[in-house]
Amino acid sequence: MTTNLIEAHVSKRFGKKTVLKDVAISLNKGEIFGLLGPSGSGKTTLVKLLCGIDEPSEGEVTVLNQKMPDLALIKRIGYMAQADALYHELTAKENLAFFASINGVKRTKRKERIQHVMKLVDLEDDLNKRVEAFSGGMKRRLSLAIALLHEPEILVLDEPTVGIDPALRNKIWETFETLRESGVLIVVTTHVMDEAERCSRLGMVRDGQLIASGTPDELKQETGASTIEHAFLSYGG
Amino acid sequence: MRVLAVVIRILKQFLHDKRTIALMIVAPIIVLTMLSLVFNGEELEVEIGVIDAPTSVIDMIDQENVSVIKLDSDINPEDRIKEENYDAILSFEEGKMNILLEGSDPSLSNGIINTIKQSSNTDTKSTPLSIEYLYGSQDMTTFDHFGPVLVGFFIFFFVFLIAGVSFLRERTQGTLERLLASPIKRSELVMGYVIGFGLFTTIQSSIIALYSIYVIDLKMEGSFMYVLLITVMLALSALTLGILLSAFAKNELQMIQFIPLVIVPQFFFAGLFNLETISDYLSWLGPLTPLYYGADALRDVMIRGQGFSEIWVDLLVLGGFSFVFIVMNVFALKKHRRI
Repeated sequence: MTTNLIEAHVSKRFGKKTVLKDVAISLNKGEIFGLLGPSGSGKTTLVKLLCGIDEPSEGEVTVLNQKMPDLALIKRIGYMAQADALYHELTAKENLAFFASINGVKRTKRKERIQHVMKLVDLEDDLNKRVEAFSGGMKRRLSLAIALLHEPEILVLDEPTVGIDPALRNKIWETFETLRESGVLIVVTTHVMDEAERCSRLGMVRDGQLIASGTPDELKQETGASTIEHAFLSYGG
Repeated sequence: MRVLAVVIRILKQFLHDKRTIALMIVAPIIVLTMLSLVFNGEELEVEIGVIDAPTSVIDMIDQENVSVIKLDSDINPEDRIKEENYDAILSFEEGKMNILLEGSDPSLSNGIINTIKQSSNTDTKSTPLSIEYLYGSQDMTTFDHFGPVLVGFFIFFFVFLIAGVSFLRERTQGTLERLLASPIKRSELVMGYVIGFGLFTTIQSSIIALYSIYVIDLKMEGSFMYVLLITVMLALSALTLGILLSAFAKNELQMIQFIPLVIVPQFFFAGLFNLETISDYLSWLGPLTPLYYGADALRDVMIRGQGFSEIWVDLLVLGGFSFVFIVMNVFALKKHRRI
């Protein structure tokens, strides 16, 4: 049909509260789609719907023309939540090994993958350290490493770089760009404006509605703003 | 002023946590009610069978709460106790008085001996008395009687709590969400817990059972393998129940609040108190609790030295509990992910 990896047209209610109202997005291979919006605007709910943890009240999410949630499709998605979601009593390596086997990384490739992702997030010297001894930024990086571990075609990252210093953040974004070039779709929520500039396309979410979407340049043109931050503010973010 | 601010904040936190408020008030009320029913219930009815006893003796021991049943002289007292619910059988042979006690509850045994001694004292001091125990012995202490129950109880208690809290952590630290964003099936997750904890509990049960039998020196008549089998089955039911209930708790504190509601009542029905004295308003609860079966089987093996033929029903029921809890767990996880 199309090259669209993800098609979503969803509404979500929790009880009487509408969290997402008629949000429609289609996402393609090889792009970084950034979701911008104030806290509580529904970004996290939207990414959870995209990766099949939650289901929409109305509408549907399709991945590769198949309806979510579906275990075979979930396998092709790497998800990183806002919470670090690590086992604190275990070492970094034990955490990685656990999620590698859960996500079906082959035993022979496991060691190599673990080394690879830990190098990306600059944690290769901390493999045998217990997570409880990690700093906040280190936990965030390990959590990201776990999402990358099984080489997913789709990466859904909820505020992946919170608490990570600028130099490392830059390095991580370089990784995202490399992945994008190899055809991976990355959906990322962020508050950081220079990260928004690096996205291929942006979606502005406010009060559960997608109020604007387009490339960073398009959004700037549309609002007559010189920076994404101004564009964001002019949309009432 | 800071103090006041803290006080107000704490009060507000309570107000937002309705379950904690409810448990803090309701749980003590329920437990106190149960205790009153447990202790102020019906009087214990002792059943004594008598063979060839003089009428004078029967009249003496036939008091309130003791029912005396005359039996034929050609029966075998041991079989009678095993098959029916006699607590003791009194028989007279050539002027000698024999008491055969069921014997598994030392306080009950002593009560019967005293009653019979009193009645015979007033009658003829010369009547020689011999006392035999079907199960247990004169040396059996009350702790021997409670021991198997306590072994079962503590295994149940700790497995319940630890399994419940660790499954709960899975939710609070976000790893459950991450797991559900992976291709793992709900049933795989539950079974992983059951097996992982099952292995751990097997070791834990062995240590507790070994310690109580060989260090505390609890009475142990039967086979150790049976004790292990029972404790592992009991632990499995505690584990699956703990995981199931953790779905209804938001944090560790709430998990602990389940103890007075789920664990303590089971203790009442496990045989620490004579089950026949528990008020009818409550006694129906007993067969609904896993510990009831676990403790029964442990007593059969440890005190009465019985084998598989006596405990298989208990084991089957415990297995049934675990199975039901596992299935309910898989369904409870649907709340987090439908598939």
